[in-house]
Amino acid sequence: MAYPTDRKYTKEHEWIQPNGNTAAIGITDHAQESLGDIVFVDLPKVGAELAAGKSFGTVESVKAVSDLYSPVSGTVTEINGELATSPEKVNKDAHGSWMVKITLKDPKELASLLSPADYDKFVEEEGGH
Amino acid sequence: MSSVEASPASTPAVVRQTALNAVHRQMGAKMVDFNGWDMPVEYPAAIGCGIINEHMAVRTGVGIFDVSHMGDIRLAGRQALDAVQHISMNDASKLAIGQAQYSALLYPQGTFVDDVIVHRLDEDEYFLVINAGTREKDFNWVRDNTRQFDCAVENLSDDFTQIAIQGPKSVDTLQKLTDADLRKVKFYWVTRGSVCGLKNILIARTGYTAEDGFEIYIPADEATSARVWNEILNAGKEFGIVPCGLGARNTLRLEGGLSLYGHEISDTINVWEARLDRFCKMEKPEFVGRLALEKAKAEGVKRTLVGLEMVDRGIARDGYKIVDDSGGEVGYVTSGSPAPFLKKNIALAYIPPALAPLGTPVNVEIRGQGVRAQVVPTPFYKRPKKS
Repeated sequence: MAYPTDRKYTKEHEWIQPNGNTAAIGITDHAQESLGDIVFVDLPKVGAELAAGKSFGTVESVKAVSDLYSPVSGTVTEINGELATSPEKVNKDAHGSWMVKITLKDPKELASLLSPADYDKFVEEEGGH
Repeated sequence: MSSVEASPASTPAVVRQTALNAVHRQMGAKMVDFNGWDMPVEYPAAIGCGIINEHMAVRTGVGIFDVSHMGDIRLAGRQALDAVQHISMNDASKLAIGQAQYSALLYPQGTFVDDVIVHRLDEDEYFLVINAGTREKDFNWVRDNTRQFDCAVENLSDDFTQIAIQGPKSVDTLQKLTDADLRKVKFYWVTRGSVCGLKNILIARTGYTAEDGFEIYIPADEATSARVWNEILNAGKEFGIVPCGLGARNTLRLEGGLSLYGHEISDTINVWEARLDRFCKMEKPEFVGRLALEKAKAEGVKRTLVGLEMVDRGIARDGYKIVDDSGGEVGYVTSGSPAPFLKKNIALAYIPPALAPLGTPVNVEIRGQGVRAQVVPTPFYKRPKKS
């Protein structure tokens, strides 16, 4: 699949869409498909500090709880309130459902993340499609 | 994201497969190792499936499950009834030919070997359907504890592909494929008839979904199994039939308040704690576990199984602790999940009897925080009575 080119990806199946010194974060289409029906999204509060590689919340399917890992370090400026009442939006459009928006602590961290092509390759090698 | 799993391309030889394994994989099912069996947990969204859709299809139309991983034990002979009465806590002498009942096999301590459906197939012939994970254990237990009776005990688990057809439209679906008059088969009764051209097939009006439904036992060869599976899917098309996996099987039985071995019942839990009193006939003079149960009844239970409904935002899951207001552990969740039909987050849990009255608030510890729930009646869901 062709992953959106306006963002970067992680091996934990998150995407980050930078916009100057801010960015939006969500999970990939591969992630939502693997999870199945998403029933619950637990996000941090505005003002929370995120650290690269550390868990910042959870997404729950009917059967399982999965941690959300932050691709980069930063501070939460906005959370997507829609997901509290309609978590299934992530299944319908994972790439269009941002979960948190942050200000970036260190934009250089973006460089070490996966490009769309690299993420696509990673997913294929993992056994996905 | 953690725990995002891809379906394994192949499974190690030690995991068992049902005769329908290739069919599930060909339909694109997500597979999981369930007690040593490679089973479908859910089918793809692309064909209208996924746990929630599968669950809703069973509640409103019809769904089909491969439950061949379950085990089958046949007891036949002059003293078959005596043998069953000795190992099973319910009263099998009440069964007419063609009738079935829910029961359990107990250890001498009054705890569970397994739960079971006992079917009386003939004058001196009983058919026990048991859990997948306990096939060998149960068969050995039954054989070892019935040696004193003039009765043959056979393990027929590998002989059958077992397919469950469940939901309000299950009758209409299956009737298209059988010459048996299903209207004459009451709930928890069985019959035999031709199914998809196969003669003398056992058809039981039983299930694990809290809906009307049937379980059929057909020859276990792959070609026959696949043919029948596909014919049922075809017959149910007009009712919106979907294939259903273990994910929906679990959410359906949970809404119905039905126990799962290893969760609500186990070898360390007794009948009174599990609140299965009504299936335990203490008026029977003798059965394995009776003495211990008598003693346990006199002593009273220290924990009891209750239904919980989440009040605040959060999902209680298997193994989560129940804590008091100071964070001390007072119990635990045996099974917990979102309930797709009820649109609530529900759970079964063991808590002290003092907290068991309906409406009592309890706290479920979710990722370190106590989240409020309350005790509610079970079953959480009861299917509507036909008018």
